[in-house]
Amino acid sequence: MYSASDLRKGLKIEIDGAPYVITDFNFVKPGKGAAIYTCKLKNLATGATMTRAYRNNDKVDQPQLTEKRLHYSYCNGADYVFLDENFEEIVIAGDVMGDSKRFMVENISVDVLFHNGRPIEVTLPNFVEKAIVYTEPGVRGDTATNVLKPAKVEGGYELQVPLFINQGDTIKIDTRTGEYVDRVSVRK
Amino acid sequence: MASVFADFRRVLDVRGRTLQAIRRFFADRNFLEVETPVRIPAPALEPHIDAEPSGDRFLRTSPELHMKRLLAQGLDRIFQMGPCFRRNERGRLHRPEFALLEWYRRGADYLDMLVDAKALIGFVFETVLGRTAIVYNGTPIEVMPVWERRTVEEMFRAHAGWNPLTSCDDARFSLDLVEKVEPALPRDRPAVLKDYPIRAAALARCRPGPPPAAERWELYIGGLELAGAFSELTDHAEQRARFEACARARAAAGRAVYPLDEAFLSALEQGLPPCGGAALGVDRLVMLLAGCSDIGEARPGAD
Repeated sequence: MYSASDLRKGLKIEIDGAPYVITDFNFVKPGKGAAIYTCKLKNLATGATMTRAYRNNDKVDQPQLTEKRLHYSYCNGADYVFLDENFEEIVIAGDVMGDSKRFMVENISVDVLFHNGRPIEVTLPNFVEKAIVYTEPGVRGDTATNVLKPAKVEGGYELQVPLFINQGDTIKIDTRTGEYVDRVSVRK
Repeated sequence: MASVFADFRRVLDVRGRTLQAIRRFFADRNFLEVETPVRIPAPALEPHIDAEPSGDRFLRTSPELHMKRLLAQGLDRIFQMGPCFRRNERGRLHRPEFALLEWYRRGADYLDMLVDAKALIGFVFETVLGRTAIVYNGTPIEVMPVWERRTVEEMFRAHAGWNPLTSCDDARFSLDLVEKVEPALPRDRPAVLKDYPIRAAALARCRPGPPPAAERWELYIGGLELAGAFSELTDHAEQRARFEACARARAAAGRAVYPLDEAFLSALEQGLPPCGGAALGVDRLVMLLAGCSDIGEARPGAD
């Protein structure tokens, strides 16, 4: 249990069995009145947000959270299958994966947050490498990086890449922004 | 770097001119500037205000009791500006050390103090900014229209669904005030909330009921609780009883209990004339004048 004075931005708490992170926190005290702690909260499982105010004597539940590093193995329909350090398979449903789905590459390591043993959040490495499966042919000699064209990478994610990138090239993508960062290798 | 310094200097300039304007306002009206001790043996007993210990004494949470002692000695218009300290208060609008202005006027009641407060705010805005309209946190505010007065009773009935004057649940009062009532106050002009539950005004005079209410107001500008005032309680027996009840409540809640300020109580017994007192958060006033959204920005050089 946390008491209200433990609350701070970034703290993870539990309300009615659901895990939340405090995204904004303020201490307020009306003149002569009691201290109030106001929190903006984000549900870690659903992403839904809400606000809640706590009084000095309020108690707040602490969620049972564990984090594990898993290695991506394969996709089975809507499910994503990972291996843990003991090579046990762990299945994470596509809706928990969220936007991370776009960037899955075989064998990459991800950090997965579990609440009461249930996976709720997948954190990717900041960069992943993917091969281009389709883009219009590049213009020879054009190394400008400020002119962009659409491209599709393995797994179907589409993004903008510089003109000199060709089908079969491998590029580096920033998973936080979803944007092209660099060319890693050229098609042989 | 240059712009950070420029802003630091700009806020200090606004702050300095604000302090000068406040002093001039009171000097022009024959108020005497006083200085009372910062380290005191007996801070006022309030249910929710904790004093910072300082050796065998405490840092003052407000200069109220000492200033009323001066009134009891025969002064009739006094003001003071200086640092006050409240333990563990830190947020966007709170610091454990802050600058407080208090003024007291013999023969005045809380609504007379509201007239003073409006004249003061108008004077300070005109002197410091040359205008009474500002944009604060994105909201245009005119500070000198008619100041709307709403009673605590009508606002709680309308927005929280209960009347704190007849059944005061202390903790729920603060929670609903912050969550339901304050957000319903107008933001584009000042708003005054008045006539509080007696439990929420330890040092205020009560007007007879039904239901009885403490003669207290709080002024809000731009969502900031900027100032408050009482018709001061002058009845020594009633004041002693309230302090003692508060001491019991604090002990029961596991909070520090401070000694009664016997010098203050005997000053009341000798005779404190009817008077009004008001307090204004100087740092918050600077926030409005300099456009700071966090109180820390209005206190350049402080922690």
